Amino acid sequence: MATVFVNNQPVDIGNEKLNCVQAAEKAGVLIPHYCYHPALSVVASCRMCLVEVGEKKADGTISMLPKVVPGCQTPVKDGTVIVTRSDKARDAQERTLESLLLNHPLDCPVCDKAGECSLQDYSFEFGKAESRMHDEKKTPPNKPDLGPNINLFTDRCIMCSRCVRFTREISGTSELYITNRGDHSEIAVFPGDPLDNKLSTNVVDLCPVGALASKDFLYKQRVWNLKTVDSVCPGCSTGCSIHIDGNKGVIHRLRPRTNPKAQGHFMCDEGRLGFHYANSAERLREPTIRGPHGWTTVGHREAVQSVQQGFNEHSLRSITGVWAVLSPFMTIEEAYLLANWIRDFGREARLVLGPVPIVGEDDHYPKDCRGEASPGVPKFTIRAEKCPNRKGVEAILQHFTGTVLGFDSFLTALAKGQVKAAILSGGYIPLGRGHWFPAESVPLLEKINMLVVQEIFASALSQKAHVVFPSATWAEKEGTYINHQGLAQEIHWNSGPPGESRTDGQVYLDLLGRTGLMRAHQLRREIAQVVPALNQLSTGYLGTQGVLPGEAPPVQSQKRKIPVH
Amino acid sequence: MAINTNEVTWVEPPQLGILDQLYLPAIAGGMATAFKHLLETVTGTGPEPTQQYPEEKPKLPPHYRGLHRLNRDEEGRVKCVACYMCSTACPAHCIDIVAAPSPWKDREKYPETFVIDELRCIYCGMCEQACPVDAIELTSIFDLTGLSREQMIFNKEKLLGVFDETVRKGTDPIRTHTGKLGPASEPAEGGLTESSSAQS
Repeated sequence: MATVFVNNQPVDIGNEKLNCVQAAEKAGVLIPHYCYHPALSVVASCRMCLVEVGEKKADGTISMLPKVVPGCQTPVKDGTVIVTRSDKARDAQERTLESLLLNHPLDCPVCDKAGECSLQDYSFEFGKAESRMHDEKKTPPNKPDLGPNINLFTDRCIMCSRCVRFTREISGTSELYITNRGDHSEIAVFPGDPLDNKLSTNVVDLCPVGALASKDFLYKQRVWNLKTVDSVCPGCSTGCSIHIDGNKGVIHRLRPRTNPKAQGHFMCDEGRLGFHYANSAERLREPTIRGPHGWTTVGHREAVQSVQQGFNEHSLRSITGVWAVLSPFMTIEEAYLLANWIRDFGREARLVLGPVPIVGEDDHYPKDCRGEASPGVPKFTIRAEKCPNRKGVEAILQHFTGTVLGFDSFLTALAKGQVKAAILSGGYIPLGRGHWFPAESVPLLEKINMLVVQEIFASALSQKAHVVFPSATWAEKEGTYINHQGLAQEIHWNSGPPGESRTDGQVYLDLLGRTGLMRAHQLRREIAQVVPALNQLSTGYLGTQGVLPGEAPPVQSQKRKIPVH
Repeated sequence: MAINTNEVTWVEPPQLGILDQLYLPAIAGGMATAFKHLLETVTGTGPEPTQQYPEEKPKLPPHYRGLHRLNRDEEGRVKCVACYMCSTACPAHCIDIVAAPSPWKDREKYPETFVIDELRCIYCGMCEQACPVDAIELTSIFDLTGLSREQMIFNKEKLLGVFDETVRKGTDPIRTHTGKLGPASEPAEGGLTESSSAQS
C-alpha cells in the first residue's frame, strides 16, 4: 500500500503505477494538462502540468525538489508529496498558459471548441486575464484539406502533439507530423498523403483546443446548446461507449466515451459519422396499413389492434405458421418483449435471428507501415459484425426456443409457403450495403397472410407488408446492448422518435397488452429473473461502463461523471 | 402554501385629526393647484405641453432600445460572425441563426440565416451587450408595425436594411468600427491598460 500526499491530502494508490496527474485525479485535484493523455505516450511538452513534488521521509520530514516538474512525467511512489497550488506551481502554470496564448488567435466566438476547450477552461482557472504580448500574432494559413473529415485551423494549435502521437501509436498510420521549429511549428501532412484512416476523426476529440475540427460538425452548433446522453454505437459488435450530442430532436455528433471495459478512449469514423440517417426527413413517421384500396395511415392503437387480430386468427389456424424475426439491432428488452408476445400464441410459434451483417474481417489497430495490423494486443478493433446486439438477442432466443435458428430457416419456410403470419422486427440501420432482406426473396412475401414490418425507411420489404410500424433508431430508445465480449451496456435516448412513431419496445408492450410506458431498468430486472443467462441485468442498472457476465451490477443508476481529459 | 399568521403584521390606518376631518384644507390645496395650472396655461409660462404624437416624433435618447439592426462592415458585408452569443444571451429565445463557412477569405464563419422574431423579443438589449463584434444593435425605431406575424419576423436582409435606413436617415449613426475578433488579445487604446501600467 502506497500513500501519496496531494495538497496535504493523503491518497492511497495501492499498487498502481501512476504519475502525478493520475494520483492527483484520485484525490479529486485537477492538474491542468494538454499533451498528456492516458492512452498516449508521455512527452511532457506542453509544460502545463508543472507541479511541486517532494518526498515525505520515514522520520516525517519533507524534502521538496528545488524546481517544478511536469506532473505527467513524474511517477509517484509511497510518500510522494505533490503540491499543485503553491505560489511556485501556480506561477509556473500561469506563465505556461501565457506563453501558449501568445500566438493563439482568441477567436473563441467562431471556434467550434468554445465551451469545451481546455484552453478556455484553464485560462479561466489558472491563467491571467491580460496578455503582455505587444507584437502581432502569427497567423499561419489554415489547412482545410488535412483530411477528408478533418480541418486544421493552424493558428489555434498549441503544439501538444496529441494528434501526431495518435496517428503513430493508435492508428499506426503516421500521417501527421510537426514541421518547422519553435513558434514556426505546424501540424502537417505529407503532400498527397492526407489524414485519411478509419480512426482519423478521433484527433478532433484529442485536440485540447479548436485546431482540429470535424468537417461534419463544423459550425453546426455551439456545444453549450447540445444535450448529451450516454449511449452505445450500433455500428459494430465492439459496442463503443459514446455520447450522443443533439439539439431539438436532431443528432449533431457522436463522441467516444472513455470506457476501458468496452473500447478504451476512441471510436471509428464509420460509427461516428454514420448517424445521419437518423435525422433524415425520409424516415417513416406513421404506422400504415395496407388494405384492399391501398395504404392508409392509421393511429398507433389501430395498427396494434389490427396486428393483434391478424396474429390471433392465424395462430388459431396454424401455430407453426407464426414467425418472428428478431434483428440483431434490437435491444435485449425489445427482443424479450417480442419473444414473449410470440410465445404467448403457443410453444410452436417460431422465433429466428435476423441476418447478421458481416463485412470483411475484424480490423485491428495500430497498423504497420504496410497497412497490416501490428503484432501484439490491438489497441482498437473495428469488428466485421456490423450489429450491436447479436449476443443479447441470441441469449433471449436461446432461452425461449432452446436453440438459435438462423435467418435461413425463415427463408426456407417462406419458400415452402409455411409462413402464414410474420413480424419482421426492424432497427436495421441503412449502411449503404443494400437492404438486409434478400431481394430475391421479396416476391415470396406475397404468400404471407399477415406480414408486419418495422422499418426506419420505406423499402421493397415494407411495400409487401400488411402493417408497417415506423421503427425508432438506437438514439431514440433506451435499452441494453451486449457486445462481442458479453459486456452489457445501457443505451439512452437523445430525442423522441419522429412523427407518430413509437419505439419498438413500446409497440411490443402494447401488443402484449401491458400497460404503461417502456422502462428499461424495470424490464431488465424482469429479464434477469426470467432468463438466468442474463443475470448481469439483475439490478436493472448497468452503470456508465456496463457489466460483464459474472460481474455484480451497480445497485443504483450512476450519474455521468465528466472526464478531466 | 398557507400564510403563516405569525408572519403577518397588521397595520391600522392613522387617526384623522379635526382639521383632516373637515376636508376644507385639502379642498383648498387642490383648488390652488388647479388655478396655478390655469394661470400657467393662460400666460404660457408652464412646462411644455403634451407632445403632438404622431404628427410630432419624439426625440429619443441614443441608448433607446428599439428595433434591431445588423451592422455592415467597411466592405458592406454583414459584420456578424455567427457566434450565437446573442441567441445564447437572449432571454426570450427570439434569435435563430444558422452558421456556415464564410465565402470570404478573411473570415471563417458567417450567418447563413439570421432571424429575429420581433414579436417575441422583449427589447432588453442583452444581444447587443453579448455581441463580440458589435454586429447587432438596437435602434431608436419604436413604432414597429406589421399586418401579419410573418412581417414581424425579421430575417438577415431585413435587419441589414434597417441598418442602411437608420444610417441614411442619421437617426442611429454607426457607433463603433470594431468588427474583428479577439479584442481580448489586443492592447487597449493608448497601450497598456491602467492596472498593468500601474503595476509596472
